[in-house]
Amino acid sequence: MTDYAHPEFLVDLDWVAAHGMDPKVRVVEVDVDTSAYDQGHIPGAIAWNWTNQLCDTVRREILSKTEFERLMSESGIDNDTTVILYGDNNNWFAAWALWQMKIYGHRDVRLMNGGRKKWLEAGRPLTTEVPTVVKTTYTAQEPDLSLRAFLPEVQQKSAARVVRLVDVRSPDEFTGKILAPPGLPETCQRGGHIPGAQNIPWGLACNEDGTFKSADELKALYTGKGITPDMPVIAYCRIGERSSHTWFVLKYLLGYPDVKNYDGSWTEWGNLVGAPIEKMAA
Amino acid sequence: MSGAQSLRPEDYQRRQETLAGWPVGIVSYRIGDRYHCQVDNVSPGARLARGEGASREEAERQALDKAREMLARTRTFPTG
Repeated sequence: MTDYAHPEFLVDLDWVAAHGMDPKVRVVEVDVDTSAYDQGHIPGAIAWNWTNQLCDTVRREILSKTEFERLMSESGIDNDTTVILYGDNNNWFAAWALWQMKIYGHRDVRLMNGGRKKWLEAGRPLTTEVPTVVKTTYTAQEPDLSLRAFLPEVQQKSAARVVRLVDVRSPDEFTGKILAPPGLPETCQRGGHIPGAQNIPWGLACNEDGTFKSADELKALYTGKGITPDMPVIAYCRIGERSSHTWFVLKYLLGYPDVKNYDGSWTEWGNLVGAPIEKMAA
Repeated sequence: MSGAQSLRPEDYQRRQETLAGWPVGIVSYRIGDRYHCQVDNVSPGARLARGEGASREEAERQALDKAREMLARTRTFPTG
C-alpha cells in the first residue's frame, strides 16, 4: 500500500486484527442496512446504516453538522479517534461515510482494504456481540464543500469543459440501455450520461478479492481515459455511493488535488427537465 | 454480551452465473450452523438479495429466487 499517494488512508486486515479493539480506535461496518452486521461482524465493530443514519432522507442530503456530531457522539467517536470503516459491496457505503467524515473534517479516518468481503474470505473471526458505547463530545468542522459538487457547478463546468467528469456506473447505465443497475428500482426518467463524461466503472479500481489495485494500475486506468491530476475531476454515479469509492481512489490513493463527488448524480441529472444528455458508448 | 457468539466464516465460495439474462455473482459461506448467501449483479456489483438456511443449497435457493424476481423486472432500452 506504500505506493499510494496517501497510504495512511488504508489499513489491512492484520492492522484491524491487531488494533481494532484499541481504545482510541473505532471500527465501523457501513452498509445500506445492518443485516450483514447482524450475521456477524469484526469484533469491536459498531454498525452504521447508510439509509437512515448517514443520510437525511427528507431533504435528500448528507447529515447536517448537528446530526453528524450526534452520530459521532453516539458512536463513541471523539475528534481524536482513529475510525476504521469497512463494509459490503467492496466498501461502497464505507467510502460514502469516509467522504462525509472528511467533509466534516474528521482527522483520522481510513478504509479497511477489501472490506467485509476480504475479511470473510480470509476466515477471520466474527462476533455477534454489539459493543457498549460511551457517548463522547464531538465538534465537527464546518463542511468542506471542496469535496462535494452540486448541480449548478456540474452544469457550468461540464458545459464549459473545464472539468473531467467520471461516470462510474456500468456501461449499460452509461449508454442508457438500463435506467438502474439490473434488478434495482428505476429512479430516473431517462438513461444516458452527462455530456463529456468518461465511463470508468468503479469496480475497475478493485481486485477480485475487493482490495484496491496497485497505484501503477490505478494510474494507468484513469490517465488512460484522460483523467489526469492537472484538471479538476467530478465523479458521479446514480446516487453518489459508487462515486464516493472512485472519489476516494482519485483523492487519496492517487493524490489528485481537486476531486469532488457529485452525490446528486444520475438520479438528479437524469430527471432534470431540459438537461442535455448523451447516450453513446464510452 | 450474553448470547453473543465468537464465530468464523467458513466454506466461503464465490462464483458467477447468468440469472434471468443477467450475470450475477453468488457468494455463500457458513457462520456457525447457518449458511448465508448473497447475490450481486456483476455489473455494477450491487447486492440484490440475501438468503439464509441450514444448508448452502437452501440459502442459495432463497437468495437466487429473490434475485431472479428482481432481475426479471429490469427493462432495457435502445441506445445509440
